[in-house]
Amino acid sequence: MKAKKSYGSIVGIGELQPSRLTYGRTTLEMIAEVSKLAVLDAGLEPGHIDGLLVGPQVGETPQHVPATVCEYLGIKPKMANVVDLGGASAAGMVWRAAAAINAGMCEVVLCVLANIREEIPARSPNRNPIREFDVPFGASGANTSYALLMQAHMAKFGSTAEDFATIAMWARRNAQLNPSAIFYDKPAELEDILNSPMIASPLHLLEIVMPVAGGEAVIVVSAEFAKKLGKPTVHLLGAGEKITHRSVSQSPSLTSGPLKNAIANAFEQSKTQAKEMSLLSLYDCYTVLVAITIEDAGLCAPGEFGKWIRDKDLGHTGDMSLNTHGGQLGFGQPDLAGGMTHIVEAVRQLRGEADNRQIKDAMTALVTGNGATMSEATALVLGAEL
Amino acid sequence: MTVDLSSLSTPGPTITQTTAPFWEAAQNGKLVFQYCKDCGESVLYPRKICPFCWSHNLIWKSASGKGELKSFSVVHKPGHPAWIPAAPFVVGLVQLFEGPTILSFIITEPRYSCSVGQKLELAPTNISGRVLPAFKPV
Ligand SMILES: [Zn+2]
Repeated sequence: MKAKKSYGSIVGIGELQPSRLTYGRTTLEMIAEVSKLAVLDAGLEPGHIDGLLVGPQVGETPQHVPATVCEYLGIKPKMANVVDLGGASAAGMVWRAAAAINAGMCEVVLCVLANIREEIPARSPNRNPIREFDVPFGASGANTSYALLMQAHMAKFGSTAEDFATIAMWARRNAQLNPSAIFYDKPAELEDILNSPMIASPLHLLEIVMPVAGGEAVIVVSAEFAKKLGKPTVHLLGAGEKITHRSVSQSPSLTSGPLKNAIANAFEQSKTQAKEMSLLSLYDCYTVLVAITIEDAGLCAPGEFGKWIRDKDLGHTGDMSLNTHGGQLGFGQPDLAGGMTHIVEAVRQLRGEADNRQIKDAMTALVTGNGATMSEATALVLGAEL
Repeated sequence: MTVDLSSLSTPGPTITQTTAPFWEAAQNGKLVFQYCKDCGESVLYPRKICPFCWSHNLIWKSASGKGELKSFSVVHKPGHPAWIPAAPFVVGLVQLFEGPTILSFIITEPRYSCSVGQKLELAPTNISGRVLPAFKPV
């Protein structure tokens, strides 16, 4: 690989095993646990952290989130912020961390997302357009919105239920190699997915992520700082981001999303192309989002993901490796931290630490994040040690 | 869907000063949208400024009530518990003849026989005691 510019380095990762319920634990506790794992992994001390990026914390800390986290962890960063981009928050954090470092504001940024899960989840009372104009008609939550995208894709391109289910099938297959995944040891093949209950047509239950509790963290530093640590690091080679709307009724397109722009910008900045990626670590809240992302990344023509995916081996030894940790469809979706599972897995693969699911000679990974209904999009190209 | 929709207790709109004319019209069985006198675009949902050119020069217009189904879903497991008695039911994205898209409730007879591209017309429907601008196939 020719020398590429590094905009920043990921030197530490942390991940909590997902669980269905947390029985009285707090988000702050989970943040503390996963942050410690990431700092230990990087070989740093808590005192090294001088930048902090966290997510919104519905029901626990609605405001002053960074200060609350700083106080709990006993850190005093020189830069702190909330990144509120839904499933794109994690990827959004990584380039923001690098940007803050490159602007001279800080050197070691902790990016952390974690969530609890109670039997009765906290609901955030909204008073905004999506609440006013979608909810009264029976469209609450993300399932109906993604069902609308999927139906539109089927109608426009003739894609089939089987095409979409194939994505969930690979997620489950890959999850069988990840003992942390919520669906580890729970295989499901194409028939199981197609026979799972219809939730909002054409979406079946097993095409939708299972909500779990969990936590993920990464430590971002400059490439120069990373060198001093003397550990295998992963480089940010390029990033792109695009935000277009909130509600599905306002979406500029139902069959292509802002990830198209974000991915194109990430490829341009990193001087890489889709086909040279060792790993596609694609945000997968629903099968349909992966389908559209494959097309938006330029891996195939619009409408042809079904043909592209058919007869392909998407495992770690396959033609193209997709979400080797099982994706969120296989791992579970720990709320906003779900998006960070795609980064943490890419780092493992690029460091050569993915054990029984290691991709041979993994050099580059495309990581995507997606928030709301194809509304908030961030793409990263990550590379192994140059 | 065999339940009487008017008997549901589903969440209604969170009406604001700017959007009130839209919901008042809905209550009277009408569908209105905003039209920007500066750039000529149609705007829905109602806003204080035009999202195309940021003009304040928005006026209300009555929609013809004609539209086309851009996509739909038969909801078997509603996201809000108050909708459970009505399931399965159909929600859809309706592109109005005048341009803007609205997410709406689709009245389907016979049950759930929708198709993308289908022509629709306004079908004001009492849901939870409020008349909402639902749609039905022409
Ligand atoms: Zn205008």
